Amino acid sequence: MTVAQPEALNFECETGNYHTFCPISCVAWLYQKIEDSFFLVIGTKTCGYFLQNAMGVMIFAEPRYAMAELEEGDISAQLNDYDELKRLCLQIKRDRNPSVIVWIGTCTTEIIKMDLEGLAPKLESEIGIPIVVARANGLDYAFTQGEDTVLAAMAARCPDKAPVVEADKNERNAIQKLLNFGKKKEEVAQEETEYVNHPPLVLFGSLPDPVVTQLTLELKKQGIKVSGWLPAKRFTELPVIEEGYYVAGVNPFLSRTATTLMRRRKCKLIGAPFPIGADGTRAWIEKICSVFGITPKGLEEREAQIWQSLEEYIKLIRGKSVFFMGDNLLEVSLARFLVRCGMIVQEIGIPYMDKRYQAAELALLEKTCQEMGAPIPKIIEKPDNYNQIQRIYELQPDLVITGMAHANPLEARGINTKWSVEFTFAQIHGFTNARDILELVTRPLRRNNNLKDLGWEKLVKEEAKI
Amino acid sequence: MKLAYWMYAGPAHIGTLRVASSFKNVHAIMHAPLGDDYFNVMRSMLERERNFTPVTASIVDRNVLARGSQEKVVDNITRKDKEETPDLIVLTPTCTSSILQEDLHNFVERAKIEAKADVILADVNHYRVNELQAADRTLHQIVQYYIEKARKRGELPQSKTEKPSVNIIGISTLGFHNQHDCTELKRLMADLGIEVNAVIPEGASVHELKNLPRAWFNLVPYRELGLMAANYLEQEFGTPYINITPMGVVETARCIRKIQQVINEQGANVDYEDFINEQTLHVSQAAWFSRSIDCQNLTGKKAVVFGDNTHAAAITKILAREMGIHVVWAGTYCKYDADWFREQVSEYCDEVIITDDHGAIGDAIARVEPSAIFGTQMERHVGKRLNIPCGVIAAPIHVQNFPIGYKPFLGYEGTNQITDLIYNSFTLGMEDHLLEIFGGHDTKEVITKGISAESDLNWTKDGLAELNKIPGFVRGKVKRNTEKFARERGIKDITTEVLYAAKEAVGA
Repeated sequence: MTVAQPEALNFECETGNYHTFCPISCVAWLYQKIEDSFFLVIGTKTCGYFLQNAMGVMIFAEPRYAMAELEEGDISAQLNDYDELKRLCLQIKRDRNPSVIVWIGTCTTEIIKMDLEGLAPKLESEIGIPIVVARANGLDYAFTQGEDTVLAAMAARCPDKAPVVEADKNERNAIQKLLNFGKKKEEVAQEETEYVNHPPLVLFGSLPDPVVTQLTLELKKQGIKVSGWLPAKRFTELPVIEEGYYVAGVNPFLSRTATTLMRRRKCKLIGAPFPIGADGTRAWIEKICSVFGITPKGLEEREAQIWQSLEEYIKLIRGKSVFFMGDNLLEVSLARFLVRCGMIVQEIGIPYMDKRYQAAELALLEKTCQEMGAPIPKIIEKPDNYNQIQRIYELQPDLVITGMAHANPLEARGINTKWSVEFTFAQIHGFTNARDILELVTRPLRRNNNLKDLGWEKLVKEEAKI
Repeated sequence: MKLAYWMYAGPAHIGTLRVASSFKNVHAIMHAPLGDDYFNVMRSMLERERNFTPVTASIVDRNVLARGSQEKVVDNITRKDKEETPDLIVLTPTCTSSILQEDLHNFVERAKIEAKADVILADVNHYRVNELQAADRTLHQIVQYYIEKARKRGELPQSKTEKPSVNIIGISTLGFHNQHDCTELKRLMADLGIEVNAVIPEGASVHELKNLPRAWFNLVPYRELGLMAANYLEQEFGTPYINITPMGVVETARCIRKIQQVINEQGANVDYEDFINEQTLHVSQAAWFSRSIDCQNLTGKKAVVFGDNTHAAAITKILAREMGIHVVWAGTYCKYDADWFREQVSEYCDEVIITDDHGAIGDAIARVEPSAIFGTQMERHVGKRLNIPCGVIAAPIHVQNFPIGYKPFLGYEGTNQITDLIYNSFTLGMEDHLLEIFGGHDTKEVITKGISAESDLNWTKDGLAELNKIPGFVRGKVKRNTEKFARERGIKDITTEVLYAAKEAVGA
């Protein structure tokens, strides 16, 4: 065997002319996740129009979000920001009575330099509802990074002391005790023994409740207790975060949240690959175990079993090529998983690459490529969609993972596409959901198998270019 | 500040982009932050467009805030000029970029020097006009630009066409049933012996615009888009325009009579009365429908109408005048053009509502409890909540309102389509009502009972709680598959863990 120097990952940066969702879209999933919240997006008609169209039918379900639509008077400061926001927030308090109002700052509030962070504490004490400020704007961030800005702001609101010890708690929390009447003390104590003794671990990243349960159970099998989750189901249930707690991210786009937890809350970050795909989930659990000095039990078999159950999907994609245009920051993790499935990744476009936060994920990608004998893909930060399309024409990938703006035009040119946003909304974390990722990835290929003899691949006329 | 989460008309730049990308070989460059190119997604999804939407963004980011975006915008224009060789590049400000107050005019002048394409700046104020007004202005602006350009070069044609001819103005991308309406109007013109000189903006090349003055008259089918351009052409060339929307039997006849008058004044000698008669009585089924027993049953039923000016006014007239339906109120969200709407519909409904607040409309629907609603997608959802059927007659619309089948709203075929739409809305309502009275023929309950009675399985509390988190429409399937899985393995108690084990094993 030749001892060739393993090729290293190759990073490039293009012009940033690419299509993605505006980060304010995070309200769509966060208002559903945090049940007692209300999201107020302070922006213009453009923001409202985007949300209205991007969220489709959700809009009709009386969502707990609204626009504070800025008018000409707000822009030219003829109206007083504080008074205007107070009026709207009081209206929200009256109609919905939320436990927290999250203000989403937009491009416009940035440009006119509306001091949301300064106004919030004042208004908060006046109306008696916590106000969290997140600047999820298109000047600075892309799509899923919106969640990152919200969670980073929420991290500051997590209580920093565990509730006082049992003894005096008993007196004060009579009601709590009443509610707990079904649960005997021994039962609780017994439950505790199922866990190994390790420092408290808090996970961060918003996931649907079923996935939270799955990942929590997965760690429980290793004797690891999840002390809390940022965000929790309700704002009032935000986890306690004390100095010295361990934290781990479940999504690749949470670098600000990670930084905040480390610097502001003095937590220790477990840098692991993300639990996306069977390989990622195993690596994630292994890394957490290793930090706590636990030898993982039965993980290898569990992973093997998942791979086995995926074989019918993997058959469809093995040896096929895939091109990520890049718009949601899940790209590296998904690419790593697909390489492990036997695909060849031609390009990983990504809006923003935090090499420190994603270090373990990048290392796993590199390792996976070497183990699978696959070429190491280029990682293109801030891609240029026009250039990418030229490269797609050249490379003719078997699958392009892209936004809706390009999907139909590429399909019409005989190139298979999968809409990238679906990966953000589908359940893709943990062992259980590896199948769902492949369900998405193989869908266009299965469609092709159904339609293959019809000769209908290219549905645009070749234009003569002058 | 205004608290809102739904709007009927989009922001101004959407209107500009709709007009620009309707033309052939015109490229729009938005001066906008990342994520504002949502227009491309809408066009690609709703219109199921096969080609890339000719809209790109010149991204406004932090660096732009610090240094200004002149270089970037100029570079992006010249780059697009080389890559796509468009005839025209329209620089489109957005609400964000308009508060930066950069001298976009100057950028355009700079870019013009290098670019082969013509370059213009869309002249719309984002805080004063909405999507529809902006579309109207942009179309006017482009028409004016090319007329003046041709005039300067002495390329304006001197004469009208030999035979009577028309420009159809206002057909655009993402317009409600615009493609089908366009086909129907062309067919109608052919039947009337009128040549179509140009259709703008949809599918037109900017090079054709200099020929607009050759038409004998302009037809503006929609109230919202095209009037400014038609007015301009009348001022410049004295070309008369007709802005009677040929929607419904009576209005279509009125539009055709007006065409007859306009072209006869210019020396044609046509009489369309026989044509109108033949179409009304024998081709369109709408007049016959009005006489039929079906329609008789609708007499005096209550309906409400809400939408843009064109469609809400036309549908109100059709319901009241052609079908004898009682329109309790009719409304529009085109506040800027409210007087026109009032004048059009006041005699056909009890009350006129002018608002762009969807909450107020929802309340007004709940208040009158009509038998059917004719509105936008928002009213359709209000109808769902209140159990009242709704026919969608105007934007904002979803992908199902871009049908593949031929469904014009204009002309004689349009009258047939509208008849179906109205009649089906009402009968569905009737059917629901009858089912309710007679207890329905729903067997859902019985089936579930049958299955659960046979079940020897026990769902634990946490398992059941987890099951209930699964979205309703797949819950039944997940439940069945999990139980099958548990039964096969002799598991008696179904816990959360069993639920997910089943999912892993069978993809339940």
